[in-house]
Amino acid sequence: MDYFLELFFGGLTRGSIYALIALGYTMVYGIIELINFAHGEIYMIGAFTGLIVAGVLTALGFPEASILVIALICAVIWSASYGYTVEKIGYKPLRGAQRLSPLISAIGMSIFLQNYVMLAQTPDFLPFPALTPQFDFMKPYSAVMNSSELVIVVATIAVCVGLTLFIKYTKLGKAMRATAQNRKMAMLVGVNVDMVISATFVIGSSLAAVGGVLIASHIGQINYFIGFIAGIKAFTAAVLGGIGSIPGAMLGALVLGLTEAFATGYVSSDYEDVFAFCLLVLILIFRPAGIMGKEKTQKV
Amino acid sequence: MRAKLHLILLCLAMVAMLVACGAEEKKADEKADVQTGEVAPAGKLVLGVAGAHSGDLASYGLPSVNAARLVAAKMNAAGGVNGMQVEVVAQDDQCKPELATNVATKMVSDKVSIVLGHICSGATKAALPIYLESNIVVMSPSATNPPLTQSGEYPNFFRTIAPDDAQAALEVSFAKGLGLRKLAVIHDKGDYGMGFATFCKEFIEADADMEVVLFEGVTPGAVDYSAVVQKIRSSGADGVIFGGYHPEASKIVSGMRKRDLAIPFLSDDGVKDDTFIRVAGEFAEGVYATGPMDFSTNAIYQEALAAHKAEFGSDPGPFFPEAYSAALALLTAVQNAGSTDYDKVVEALRTQYVDTAVGTIRFDAKGDAEGVGFAVYQVQDGKYVEIK
Repeated sequence: MDYFLELFFGGLTRGSIYALIALGYTMVYGIIELINFAHGEIYMIGAFTGLIVAGVLTALGFPEASILVIALICAVIWSASYGYTVEKIGYKPLRGAQRLSPLISAIGMSIFLQNYVMLAQTPDFLPFPALTPQFDFMKPYSAVMNSSELVIVVATIAVCVGLTLFIKYTKLGKAMRATAQNRKMAMLVGVNVDMVISATFVIGSSLAAVGGVLIASHIGQINYFIGFIAGIKAFTAAVLGGIGSIPGAMLGALVLGLTEAFATGYVSSDYEDVFAFCLLVLILIFRPAGIMGKEKTQKV
Repeated sequence: MRAKLHLILLCLAMVAMLVACGAEEKKADEKADVQTGEVAPAGKLVLGVAGAHSGDLASYGLPSVNAARLVAAKMNAAGGVNGMQVEVVAQDDQCKPELATNVATKMVSDKVSIVLGHICSGATKAALPIYLESNIVVMSPSATNPPLTQSGEYPNFFRTIAPDDAQAALEVSFAKGLGLRKLAVIHDKGDYGMGFATFCKEFIEADADMEVVLFEGVTPGAVDYSAVVQKIRSSGADGVIFGGYHPEASKIVSGMRKRDLAIPFLSDDGVKDDTFIRVAGEFAEGVYATGPMDFSTNAIYQEALAAHKAEFGSDPGPFFPEAYSAALALLTAVQNAGSTDYDKVVEALRTQYVDTAVGTIRFDAKGDAEGVGFAVYQVQDGKYVEIK
């Protein structure tokens, strides 16, 4: 039973990590039906910003708790501006084009950002300081879950709840839903669609930045390539849950994280990915739009 | 019109390149002819050098020819070996087993006394029976395939490089020395890491006192390894051997330490890297890693390097120190034996120590050099320190 719980909490952390990144994928897809491959890179840029800010603040002698908060804020602002710019440069000019064009543009953006960070920073692995505080009340449970994992899980839950409320009750949230349902119609009733799309990228990028800082601080190392692998897994989670659906992304991430943890624990970590992707295939066979996705009738 | 001009120029350039290539090949052929045309005159000691001297793998073979020439020149300047002048005869096998047998036959008919080579394990294996029939001692600077020596089939074969499984053998015997009995063997599913881990597993299983309680591969780059760490804990292992590189190693070892799992962590050359210490920080303390012995400060190595630069005007390629050492060991053995008699030379190689570029060595009964290969290092105060 203990072993089960250990694996469960491990899977929960992993799922939360995927969820923070998957939300950005699914929001962008929901609004403009674009798979934003550069999203993983925004996550990576968030982590790098956090590292640089934390390094400067530590050198200046700031107290520990404030370093995390300031690093998070700076990472969010910096990543959000990257997300905004990427959309303006890479996707907006292609809005009326065929669906394949912005997709290729997204892959290009992803490769560009990776190489940019590699050249501007370093191709090496860098140590990332443990920014999250060590809670005393977590000490007895350190074999199952430690403080940084608790922070990730709590942050993910908070972000998910906040985002759901935001989408449901604010004016911008309503505009987003309207744009997602029918962009042309939303425009006709006076929604500033360009602004809504920019806001989606800014919010998605901010979430990725929060994830980047928290996850890097948990893992303890970063390099320019971390966004790619995390992005692929988060994208899988988003598809699993039904791409375009926000609760779906959370659920998909959780299912993926738990599947991987249990597959490693009870079978073998050699087959971790095999189980994860078998699950994806099975779910897509029985529910082609994902767990929470809405089926759309194709017009011929 | 301009486009056409470009096309014509391009064609011309390509033709010119082809001609240049052809000319070079011809030159190489002529050179080879000259070499093969040399037949051993009486009163000379002929050192055959076999390996890839052309083709894709030439860069592995050519340094051994240079090494042999340098050692021969040095010996000849000092009056030769037992009064005989040393002559170097090079033969090209392109690392191909079918060519290697031809090379071996040619060497035998040329009355070569001793052979430095071959370079690739496959070619070496193909050539060895022919040398064995004619009682010729062969020493390779680079063939690392374990059975070449360990099978015991080729008593005439020696090598100055450690076999592929030497690192794993050292790792397991070191773990045993630490008192570890139940080991979790983890790898990164890559060629290097998994190969190393598989050798470790075989050595542990061959030892009645030790057992492998967990053998698993992890996915490189995954966001967290907590499930594997939990599995190590529940397996009851008293030590972890990891085959792979430092990014995964630092994630696993810090995951273990964060979960209060304080058992020893042993790894390989892929982890014996300062980046590992920088990234894993405090968690790196006490980690063991095996790595090649450091011979960069060896006086003979320095001298060989300087001689190579003076003679050929460039830095030597791969396996140069091993080849230099092999040539030195072979010629010294002939000198010590007092003749080129097969039994006496083999006896000298196995019993007498010789100072070479890779350290002071002699050869064990199977033909592997003692004192060559890997050492164990431990992270102490943020630095890798060689132990024992």
